[in-house]
Amino acid sequence: MVLKLGIRLAVCALSLMVIATGSGILSAAGRVSSKPEGQVHSQKAEFNPRGQVLALSCTSCHGTDGKSAGIIPSIYGRSAVYLETALKAFKSGARYSTVMSRHAKGYSDEELRLISEYFAMISHNHK
Amino acid sequence: MLQKLTRRDFNKLLLSGVAGSALGLFGKSNTAFASTKRVVVIGGGFGGAAAAKYLRKLDPSIAVTLVEPKAIFYTCPFSNWVLGGLKTMEDIAHTYTVLKNKYQINIVSDVVTSIDVTKGTVKLKSGNVLSYDRLVVSPGIDFKWDSIGGYSESVANSKMPHSWHAGPQTILLHKQLLGMRDGGNVFICPPANPFRCPPGPYERASLIAYYLKEHKPKSKIIIFDAKENFSKQELFKKGWERLYPGMIEWRSSAMGGKVSRVDAGAMTVTTEFGVEKGDVINVIPAQKAGKIAFDAGLTDATGWCPINPVSFESTIHPGIHVIGDASFAGAMPKSGFAASSQGKVAAAAIVRLFQGKVPAAPSLVNTCYSLLAPKYGISVAGVYKLTVEGIVEIKEAGGLTPINADDDQLREEALFAEGWYKNISLDTWG
Ligand SMILES: Cc1cc2nc3c(=O)[nH]c(=O)nc-3n(C[C@H](O)[C@H](O)[C@H](O)COP(=O)(O)OP(=O)(O)OC[C@H]3O[C@@H](n4cnc5c(N)ncnc54)[C@H](O)[C@@H]3O)c2cc1C
Repeated sequence: MVLKLGIRLAVCALSLMVIATGSGILSAAGRVSSKPEGQVHSQKAEFNPRGQVLALSCTSCHGTDGKSAGIIPSIYGRSAVYLETALKAFKSGARYSTVMSRHAKGYSDEELRLISEYFAMISHNHK
Repeated sequence: MLQKLTRRDFNKLLLSGVAGSALGLFGKSNTAFASTKRVVVIGGGFGGAAAAKYLRKLDPSIAVTLVEPKAIFYTCPFSNWVLGGLKTMEDIAHTYTVLKNKYQINIVSDVVTSIDVTKGTVKLKSGNVLSYDRLVVSPGIDFKWDSIGGYSESVANSKMPHSWHAGPQTILLHKQLLGMRDGGNVFICPPANPFRCPPGPYERASLIAYYLKEHKPKSKIIIFDAKENFSKQELFKKGWERLYPGMIEWRSSAMGGKVSRVDAGAMTVTTEFGVEKGDVINVIPAQKAGKIAFDAGLTDATGWCPINPVSFESTIHPGIHVIGDASFAGAMPKSGFAASSQGKVAAAAIVRLFQGKVPAAPSLVNTCYSLLAPKYGISVAGVYKLTVEGIVEIKEAGGLTPINADDDQLREEALFAEGWYKNISLDTWG
């Protein structure tokens, strides 16, 4: 149920992004990708391709699938809400970090939500 | 191509079905669904290994072959730590066992000698030929040996190592430092931009100073720079004053830094200001894309490979994706982090292209940590987006460790540098 809601939210975020392309930032996949997200009833949820490609950047520091082997915190296993809240706090500077706020500032709130949902979905699919 | 479009046209194109063909996105597989999905990856470094792994991870129906001559890959990242005595060569060694066994990538220990872009084949040194539906090229850098008079590959391998490819070159420079007398002069000669790892020469100076301070405290390091300024300059200079006062001297290009000649017999460098003798001389020559990129006609006048930033597909030869140091990726620096980020973006794009779909618009990331001493780390970060101007850095994001960072922050950054190395190594080869 929570998952389904998450996916709905992702679709909303995507349609917003398509409208928001006047900003000059490309979100080409937004429209193209809205199809797979329709399949919310499948056992293994389909990844949002934009969320996926954005999230792949994170694994260079946080580890494959967000599973960290060292001192850097793991992302794997965290809920979408937890991750989104954390990312937004890094972005606003409300939460202290050495480098995360420098990264979080590079994403729109919608993008942070897509990234959070992607990692939450990986954790869910592996269960 | 990109420059000729207005921003509005570009966005419209990408949102419409014709975007792919107009931008060369779909390349050779313009037909919706590819019947076979074979990808050959050239080079098992940061870009190539990440692309190979993520292709298999994102779509296990793709057959991936990785061609790499080296059985053991030594990373340039952390090779400066080896020079400082903080890591060993084993610590920076990686193999292809996990990629082969867990990700079922066909690892071919060979060198690609030519690419036939019309037939879609690569020829190997052994004479074997591999067919591909899409090709990923990540050969890293090659050196412009003639950029400094008197320098050559054989000089690099005997007297004046560049150590800008990790492995035997790292070992040679390390041996020279260990053998040097106390009171000796170490010269580091970095090239003009663009080159692999912009903060690398200055991290190297820091960690060599760390070793010398402890073991040969009367020695000096002089950086003969071909540039007027360098990456993280204020942070490095502040760190050098705090950690190694009087030990590291940096000469800008205009102040006698630009090396025009070296003499390996006399162990000297020549600048506009005269001839100087060093005990250990590390010459980092100017760079260009790896040889195979030139041989295959993937480079342009810049010496690097122009690409479509959505998919890293070559704008010269469709169906071939060029990633890592060899590509021209706009504002992104030439780093292992960037190469890995690009490798994953290219992998995700190839998966979509095989499905006859438009790749998702990526966002690219870089973080470069530099260590100045065991508990003293600094970093530069960047987030990059795709616009009509190509890959640009997002102004509101990224940036440097604050110049007034306290010791706790610097210690934390040093710890994160190690955490980063551990995770990116596993994300790439593990
Ligand atoms: C001293 C130093 C420190 C650095 N520190 C950092 C750091 O802290 N963080 C960071 O992010 N980056 C760092 N870098 C930069 C980083 O090493 C490079 O940017 C990165 O290796 C680029 O990846 P690549 O895939 O383009 O090339 P490489 O990693 O060099 O891989 C290229 C591979 O292709 C193979 N190859 C080439 N031609 C062929 C062919 N014809 N056939 C088959 N195989 C071929 C080569 O054998 C090689 O293994 C550092 C670099 C240096 C020199």
